[in-house]
Amino acid sequence: MKQLQLHKLFLLLVTIAAGFCAKGQTDIDAILMEKNAFCIGPGYSYSSWKNYWEGTKKRDNLNLGTVSAQTFAVMGNYGITNKLNALFNIPYVVTKASAGTLKGQQGMQDLSLMLKYRPINKKIGDARLAVFGLIGGSLPMTNYVADFLPLSIGNRSKTAMARLMVDYYYNSKWFATASASYVYRSNIELDRNSYYTDRQVLSNQVQMPNATSFNIRAGYRTQWLIAEAILNNWTTQGGFDITQNNMPFPSNRMNATSVGLNIKYVLKKIPQLSLTGGAGNVIAGRNVGQSFNANAAVFYVLDLSKKEKKVNTSNN
Amino acid sequence: MKLQSIFIYILVLGCTVTSCKKEITEQTANAQALNPVNIDADAGLWKPILLTSATEFAVAAPAATNLPGYTAEINEIKSWQKNMGEQERKLINYWGAGAVLRWNEITRGLVAKYNLPPYQNPDGTYPIPDASNPFNNPQFPFANPPYASRAYAYISAAVYDALVAAWHYKKVYNRSAPYKINTTVNALLPTSDLPSYPSEDAAVVGVMVEMLKLFFPTEQAFIQQKATEHKNVRVMAGVNIRSELEAGEALGKLVAQKFITRARGDRAGAAVGTPALWQQLETQMAATGETPWISQESPKRPPMLPLFGRVRTWLFDSLTMVTSIRPKAPPSTKSEQFKKETEEVLHYSKNATRQEIAIVHFWADGVATATPPGHWNAIAADDFISQRYSEVRWARNMALLNMSLMDAAIACWDAKTFYFNPRPSQVNPEIKTITGLPNFPSYTSGHSTFSGAAATILGHIIPARKQAYENMAKEASLSRLYGAIHYRSDCEEGLKCGNAIGAYAITRARTDGAE
Repeated sequence: MKQLQLHKLFLLLVTIAAGFCAKGQTDIDAILMEKNAFCIGPGYSYSSWKNYWEGTKKRDNLNLGTVSAQTFAVMGNYGITNKLNALFNIPYVVTKASAGTLKGQQGMQDLSLMLKYRPINKKIGDARLAVFGLIGGSLPMTNYVADFLPLSIGNRSKTAMARLMVDYYYNSKWFATASASYVYRSNIELDRNSYYTDRQVLSNQVQMPNATSFNIRAGYRTQWLIAEAILNNWTTQGGFDITQNNMPFPSNRMNATSVGLNIKYVLKKIPQLSLTGGAGNVIAGRNVGQSFNANAAVFYVLDLSKKEKKVNTSNN
Repeated sequence: MKLQSIFIYILVLGCTVTSCKKEITEQTANAQALNPVNIDADAGLWKPILLTSATEFAVAAPAATNLPGYTAEINEIKSWQKNMGEQERKLINYWGAGAVLRWNEITRGLVAKYNLPPYQNPDGTYPIPDASNPFNNPQFPFANPPYASRAYAYISAAVYDALVAAWHYKKVYNRSAPYKINTTVNALLPTSDLPSYPSEDAAVVGVMVEMLKLFFPTEQAFIQQKATEHKNVRVMAGVNIRSELEAGEALGKLVAQKFITRARGDRAGAAVGTPALWQQLETQMAATGETPWISQESPKRPPMLPLFGRVRTWLFDSLTMVTSIRPKAPPSTKSEQFKKETEEVLHYSKNATRQEIAIVHFWADGVATATPPGHWNAIAADDFISQRYSEVRWARNMALLNMSLMDAAIACWDAKTFYFNPRPSQVNPEIKTITGLPNFPSYTSGHSTFSGAAATILGHIIPARKQAYENMAKEASLSRLYGAIHYRSDCEEGLKCGNAIGAYAITRARTDGAE
């Protein structure tokens, strides 16, 4: 989640983490909720682009102007144990083109679910090394139109993903996290029964290329404040380039590298409550928009343990 | 630990999902080998379209089968069959489904590949694709719907004429297939009593190679490769010897030349117009007090092929088109009805249901597709497969369909330029479209005209499907209203006009000797 819709890159590129909970938790950071703690909150993100890459050629399109996507989401993270968390994300997406006649789209997009597990958490002198494994996936919540890029709210592919993540935390202040992911993307079904990729296909089924992704983030982290810089890359394993003056298609080879910043702030007076915000920009890509992204979210931690009502704010 | 093992289990499950097969089975990938219900042995008597008669081009008699040359040709079959591999079997399955079918599909693929509007020049004008310089930017052609309809029509008509001639000579020379003359030859495709000289498959190849040089000049390497593949399949399947292919291909090429000559003089080359004309169309309509069409693209793009309405028709003459086919005038842009119809478009722009949107996308056939004429070719092909027509009947029915579709394009573009009516989103910018807005006047709807024509002739060819075709045409027509790019009048009048054109094709069908 939060790292949500990696596969809807063309439009959304919300690849730079969208939200945190007080105790951390996105599917791309190295923080876990404690057992029985449930962190939930609304998030908002805005992304837009004017220029995009048609294959490898960068251009604008006066018949689209600026294409924007707003995502309203509810995100949550539950501590099944201190080492195992379950995360979800429920986004509602609204798209718009500032020029031309094409109608913007909106609707509930894809539900994503993720399990995050930390098998290794070792102290090495002043530092601590943790290894995480994540698995999860996403599936469309509604019958939205995938075949209307760049204004579709998503691509309707069901995904399954696995991620390996390593976190190095020094002096309880400085950290670096690196992760690599593999995303399987199921075929999708169009409303039409033929389409052209790099050849004419007589079917309503589209073979979606899988994708890999890596993410590096580093900065300052305490239980009250996180400030980090992020580098993210998404690479589609296959797919084809947009031909000149063609429209994008769900199975295009969509690649993007982005950089960004994130901040999380935990209120000292109400430590269950945290505010997050971030922004980023795509710096290199192929068949994607060169999007700018900004996001904000508010999270609240509930203690769902039956025994005692207490909020443990100690860092995991 | 328990949790750990659950985690690993899920991970393994995930990996299994990851290796899921993504292969797609395409609509006609497993089409059965063509085994006609009727070989149409007398199709040499059917009425050709451009040929003066089936004998206009001579085909020399084949050499006798008791000469060493024939044995040598049989040996070619045997040498292929001796080294038959998976790849060869795949090719036999592919081409065995039918020559007309496969080349029609290949043409649709080329149309989709080239159906891309040129990118603007730095000064805001647009370059015009140039047949004499096809590799340069912009690529040639821009296979838009009128262009595509013309390609499909010429190709289908030429294939038909070539097969009528081939059938004539088949009957004259009455040469049996190699597997009948030499029983040691295996037939890997269905056997037939149809004489095999000259080869009908190769006649199709000959036509295609020549016609595609005209319509898709940058694709010759690809087309030659397909042609070679197709001819080799006929030999390796044991259903033709090489000299039967050579005779068929030569005949096809000669017939194609006749159609190419017609194409060069059919006025399509001038259909793009000139900057002076584009301006004149706008000012002369404005002078009548009506709102003229104005491009909604940025930068403003000239209307697509505004003089395509002057291109030479197949099924009726140009006077007939103006007097009895051109639709009546659309509602005045100042009229109450026009206002009402524009409001209806706005309604769909805002409130189209998911089902209506699916209809919009199913029939959109926009950029990078085989166009609406291509869509109707696909519909026809799917049904023709189950009808098990002979190649010559396949060709005849495709020719009737595609001459109707091209004449529909001509009549529709004539109306578009003549009435130069604005699109709904031009008169009310609040109207946002659910599909790409075509860059030419609104009245009448091309989709409706194409669909009306196609449904009418197809309903005659396969009467059992008449109602189904009419329903499809109606849906295709309304899809343009649902998509918020056409008024109801555009759709209804377009459909009627298409129906009238289809009726001319039926008249021809009744008298061409095939029924």
